Amino acid sequence: MAGKVATMADAIAGLVRDGDTVAIEGFTHLICFAAGHEIIRQRKRDLVLARMTPDLVYDQMVAAGVARKLVFSWLGNPGVGGLNAIRRVTEGEGASLELEEYSHFGMVARYTAGAANLPFFPLRSYFETDLPVVNPRIRELESPYGDGTVYVVPPLRPDVTIVHAQRADASGNAQAWGLLGCQKEAAFAADRVIVVVEELVDEAVVRADPNRTIIPGLVVDAVVVEPWGAHPSYVQGRYDRDNRFYRDWDPISRDPGRTEAWLREWVHDLGGRADYVEKLGAERIAALRPSGPAPSGSVDYGEYR
Amino acid sequence: MAEPFAAAAPAFSKSEMMIVAAARELAGQRVCFVGVGLPNIAVNLAKRTVAPDLELVYEAGAFGARPARLPLSIGDPTIVTGATAVTSMFELFAFYLQGGLVDVGFLGAAQIDRFGNINTTVIGDYRRPKTRLPGSGGACEIAINARQIFVIMRQSARSFVERIDFRTSPGNLGGAEKAERIRREQGWLGRGPSVVVTDLGIWHFDETGEMRLDSLHPGASLDEVRATIGWEPRIAEPLAETPAPTAEELGLIRDELDPEGMYTK
Repeated sequence: MAGKVATMADAIAGLVRDGDTVAIEGFTHLICFAAGHEIIRQRKRDLVLARMTPDLVYDQMVAAGVARKLVFSWLGNPGVGGLNAIRRVTEGEGASLELEEYSHFGMVARYTAGAANLPFFPLRSYFETDLPVVNPRIRELESPYGDGTVYVVPPLRPDVTIVHAQRADASGNAQAWGLLGCQKEAAFAADRVIVVVEELVDEAVVRADPNRTIIPGLVVDAVVVEPWGAHPSYVQGRYDRDNRFYRDWDPISRDPGRTEAWLREWVHDLGGRADYVEKLGAERIAALRPSGPAPSGSVDYGEYR
Repeated sequence: MAEPFAAAAPAFSKSEMMIVAAARELAGQRVCFVGVGLPNIAVNLAKRTVAPDLELVYEAGAFGARPARLPLSIGDPTIVTGATAVTSMFELFAFYLQGGLVDVGFLGAAQIDRFGNINTTVIGDYRRPKTRLPGSGGACEIAINARQIFVIMRQSARSFVERIDFRTSPGNLGGAEKAERIRREQGWLGRGPSVVVTDLGIWHFDETGEMRLDSLHPGASLDEVRATIGWEPRIAEPLAETPAPTAEELGLIRDELDPEGMYTK
């Protein structure tokens, strides 16, 4: 199976360019840290990083100096606290990272407009809030149907969207289950798409369950097979969120020296994800497996000749 | 367990009282938008006590969730397994929330004012903030579209302030009159904030849209309430005392919902 299958190093080198707007999407679930780390390793620069929830992956990327701007809707370490590397460059007189912020629905609406080639997307959020005051790209518009005004957000069209999924075939037809976030919208909105999967499957596996395909190979440029590529986030049915990692990142990221040492040890000094998984160790990995199986019932699509 | 109250048996912490009081407020509700942390425990306690038919909605895209463990993050895999439906975030925000299907939305706050307007964005100036907070997430649209808003947060002079530094999520704006006009004109389905449950008491909103202390938790004093709020608060006459947590409620919290005491210490 050749098709669009590429190594992570080749996919990032070929498809991510300095200055690009890059969206590594996935809401809590399916966050492709492996791609973020490869971008750090290749020392990309001046990226505009878009993501609803920047999470640890963008804290690490900002700490590594790849970003000039964040486009986001919720900036935190979920369940733990703040993103300390990002806070260092957004607080007080030292604030140097550009921020463009929305609400969750605003970000989803932006990707949706981008994917559907619309000039804007209307939503009922933002009235009587300070968000449009600090972000002039959120605009108020008279409804053409005479029922008042509504706020609109502009389309978001990333140069590159990177999504993680459970499986795909070599053409990039990607299937995912569990929380889907806005991975589909972000992929359709992008100029280039990298799909990273836990498992490469035969096209017949995809065709046997077409309802589960969230992104068609039609919009995909590269398929990277990278088991455990979403660690420390999770992959439904494969591995759990590594909550210990999220907690441990808090004290590491508070200290610039420790942050730099972490990036050296866990990113720059490693060749890729396989090294990272080996370094995590079998015991850590085993503890993240689901406590048991919970298979879906199968459905019958029927044969029609 | 920190600061047990001597007045009632069994002993309980301020956080436990706050969770129990919030759970009881959910009696009779059907669809609840859940946040992580304290709201999550309160909602799961309500489902096991006063609101067994409660449908749990998580913004990550789960409707009718049945979490088998306490989710640490808003998108924990346990909210997916066994749920009624998993949706894209577009569907969740557009159809479920903006479509008016959510009865209660829970919000936390770094700062709240007397009219229930909420700041979760910055402390200080926006461009050079003293503290950069997470921002809206879904809070702005939850505040506007959920039929009612429940706020659960600890009281302190830093958080209950006369003027919030940034309005992330609208409450009753400058008062009930304006808030009702805006809601009508804009076709909002939400009625705004209905209750603020703190570690000291239960606040509802009066006809002017301002919060009023209706119930004081056992062991808390009015002096404490006044010392932890940035304006002269309205106090109901007569002021009720919140019934202490029952042994059943405490048992559910300690044995089932938060056995490690992550949120209740």
